[in-house]
Amino acid sequence: MKKSNIIMLIAALLPLGLFVFPLWKITLEAPQYPTPLGMYIHINDFSDVHPHDIKNINLMNHYVGMKYIPEAIPEFKIFPAGIIITTIIGLVIAYFGNYKWFLSWFILMIVLSCAGLYDFYLWEHDYGHDLDPKAIMKFTNPDGTVMGFQPPLFGSKDILNFRAHSYPQLGALFLGLGIAASLFAYLVGKKNQNKT
Amino acid sequence: MKNILKSTIAILSVLVAFTSCNNSGKSDGKSGALASNVAEKVYVAPGEHDEFYAFISGGFSGQLAVYGLPSGRLFKVIPVFSQDAEKAYGYNEETKPMLNTSHGFVPWDDAHHPDISQTNGQLDGRYVFINGNNTPRIAKVDLTTFETTEIIEIPNTAGNHSSSYVTDNTEYVVAGTRFAIPVPQRDMPIKDYKGNFKGTLSFIKVNPADGGMDIKFQVLMPGFDFDKAHPGRGKSHGWFFFTTYNTEEASTLMEVNASQNDKDFIAAVNWKKIEEYVNNGGGKKMPANYAHNVYDEHTHMATSTMKKEVLMVDPSEVPGALYFLPTPKSPHGCDVDPTGEYIVGSGKLSANVTVHSFTKMLDAIENKKFAGDAYGIPILNFEDVLAGAVEQPGLGPLHTEFDNEGNAYTSFFISSEIVKWKLGTWEVLDRQPSYYSIGHLMIPGGNSQKPFGKYVVGMNKITKDRYLPTGPEVTQSAQLYDISGDKMELLLDFPTVGEPHYAAGCPADLIKPNSKKIFKLEENQHPYVAKSEADTKVVRDGKTVHIYMTTIRSHFAPDNIEGVKVGDKVYFHVTNLEQDYDVPHGISMIGANTSELLIMPGQTESFLWEPKQVGVWPFYCTDFCSALHQEMQGYVRVSPANANTPLKWSLGEDIE
Repeated sequence: MKKSNIIMLIAALLPLGLFVFPLWKITLEAPQYPTPLGMYIHINDFSDVHPHDIKNINLMNHYVGMKYIPEAIPEFKIFPAGIIITTIIGLVIAYFGNYKWFLSWFILMIVLSCAGLYDFYLWEHDYGHDLDPKAIMKFTNPDGTVMGFQPPLFGSKDILNFRAHSYPQLGALFLGLGIAASLFAYLVGKKNQNKT
Repeated sequence: MKNILKSTIAILSVLVAFTSCNNSGKSDGKSGALASNVAEKVYVAPGEHDEFYAFISGGFSGQLAVYGLPSGRLFKVIPVFSQDAEKAYGYNEETKPMLNTSHGFVPWDDAHHPDISQTNGQLDGRYVFINGNNTPRIAKVDLTTFETTEIIEIPNTAGNHSSSYVTDNTEYVVAGTRFAIPVPQRDMPIKDYKGNFKGTLSFIKVNPADGGMDIKFQVLMPGFDFDKAHPGRGKSHGWFFFTTYNTEEASTLMEVNASQNDKDFIAAVNWKKIEEYVNNGGGKKMPANYAHNVYDEHTHMATSTMKKEVLMVDPSEVPGALYFLPTPKSPHGCDVDPTGEYIVGSGKLSANVTVHSFTKMLDAIENKKFAGDAYGIPILNFEDVLAGAVEQPGLGPLHTEFDNEGNAYTSFFISSEIVKWKLGTWEVLDRQPSYYSIGHLMIPGGNSQKPFGKYVVGMNKITKDRYLPTGPEVTQSAQLYDISGDKMELLLDFPTVGEPHYAAGCPADLIKPNSKKIFKLEENQHPYVAKSEADTKVVRDGKTVHIYMTTIRSHFAPDNIEGVKVGDKVYFHVTNLEQDYDVPHGISMIGANTSELLIMPGQTESFLWEPKQVGVWPFYCTDFCSALHQEMQGYVRVSPANANTPLKWSLGEDIE
């Protein structure tokens, strides 16, 4: 097996780390939470950083009319299927394909990841803006519009008394490394091609 | 004019110098740069934690208070023997059985000597045991929840003072009689005390797995007053030492009549020998009646069981189990040093502190050097067991603890001071005044094999002018001294809850990591729990109504209830659904003849309300739980006794 194909094989397998490690983490800090509240987003689940964190995030959020964080969302079925399918495709082209296919896989993964991030953004936006009209506390922006409580997609942001952090986790690193490795496999393959 | 001015200034400056000199003398040399130095030693910055926990008994408050050292800050008052309306202890249905005794419900006691459980003669930070002196009891406080989880009554005992000390591996916690009584109790003339009244020493087995207490045996003793006790440590493990007074066996005008003998005794009890005797079927089962109350953390409820029998051991039937060590003048403290060799008897009316040697004691026993006997119990020769004496160290020695460098610290009630002296040479090294009339003192781990000799806490009997006055009744207090150097240094006065008789200190690191944050809702096995709002309901059973209620920020479920009638017995069983740290909810009902409830996350508590008047009556949350705390309220409609208002309950909608 060629060196580039071996790299591609690794590239295809790396995203499976998403089934072991969380993809993303949202952390909420406030003075009265010396241990911050936090939630991991896995490819197929939301989970507590510390026991009962999601329950306590829901309890905080109900004051401003935010919906409870759902037990399950459709993405928890779609994302794992997507990763399994793309991994199989990656393995197939690692075994049979030439380096040009590696670039296609790389592009496919970039496109799918962007779509995933966009989907995540849409969910966050809805979560932060679709508020109960009977909310206990209603806040408005300086321009008079209803204040939203959308956590940041990436980075840190102040939301009322909380400071919210949103950053990728080990699972995302595995995915990113897989994608990067496929590009590397393509480049190695191309270089070897030029040599021969 | 200039000269007058000059001389005036000169006189003034002399006066100022004199006064400031006076001041510095009066404030114990704490002024100026030194004072700030002392302040730094007790300053624990906001948000920082203390280095030690101190569990200080409340005496006549019946409770146990938790402080931090060196700051002297009060964290919690753990209700033990007294009802506490703040925490509903002894008021709610769950904890009422904790205060049950053979005399019925006794809502108060006199809490004296806390002691922390030990493993291999070192503090293990699992439990604190503490004795109730008045209606003899021993309680166990669990240091994961800082709550009283067990109380056992001690039969055939009165004035349970020589307790509640634990052996090297918490095999036993002891109790003892201060006031000799007829055993078993009977109607007899008081003047026939001598020879007829008895004392008992109780050995309470502690289950190593769950700390469960059970009286393994009682030792029937002559009718002396057993004052204090200390287990043997290390080499003397297997023995227990008890001080006695009133070996005169007087029953009236005790202050005179119990102070006549030149020497009283320290009773040395070989408990391992008695344990062996008992394990081989020794001892006599004696009818008794005493309460054993256990709180279950999972049902969040206490149950009280009356026990009907106790195993009594007559020491004359167990040769080698018991000896008397003559000790001058009504000894109070009975303290064993970390090596287990020295037994310090503080004869409170003696000029000296007497120290016995364990090795010499064994030798005297071996060679049968007896001076006589008392009720068949061999008395050893004073000179044969004496290790040495601290000569004229002060007046009224009460109690001694030890550091980890071979030094002893003895409190002197009458001369109001702490004296530091050297074990072995009996030389006085330092003395510091106490303000005023110190009783016991405490070094964290200072009664174990491994003392943490950084601080000593003195517990005073009198405070007089030390604090802002609060009328005739002024605060009780403790004082903290730094003992890390050659000389002791007074660092801090701090007020205490009730009269501090004794304390137990422990490095925070041994306890802090085990402190629970919440009770897990899924582990709640309370018979009336509602684990979600869907489980809430109101059930009528004749004239009894059970309300299964929940709390979560910021509402009760249900919060509108109808169909309750005058004359009903209404039980509110309230479960706190929260699973977040430090989010308790409270509840109180107008006119309820009991206290509020204060319910920790995941816990269920119940109170009884017997409505006497028709109307619509509100209840509300008593703990400021959240931003919507003021809205956390509800109503119960009370109809006449003969009404047929149907039983209904709701949350978030009108009752139809």
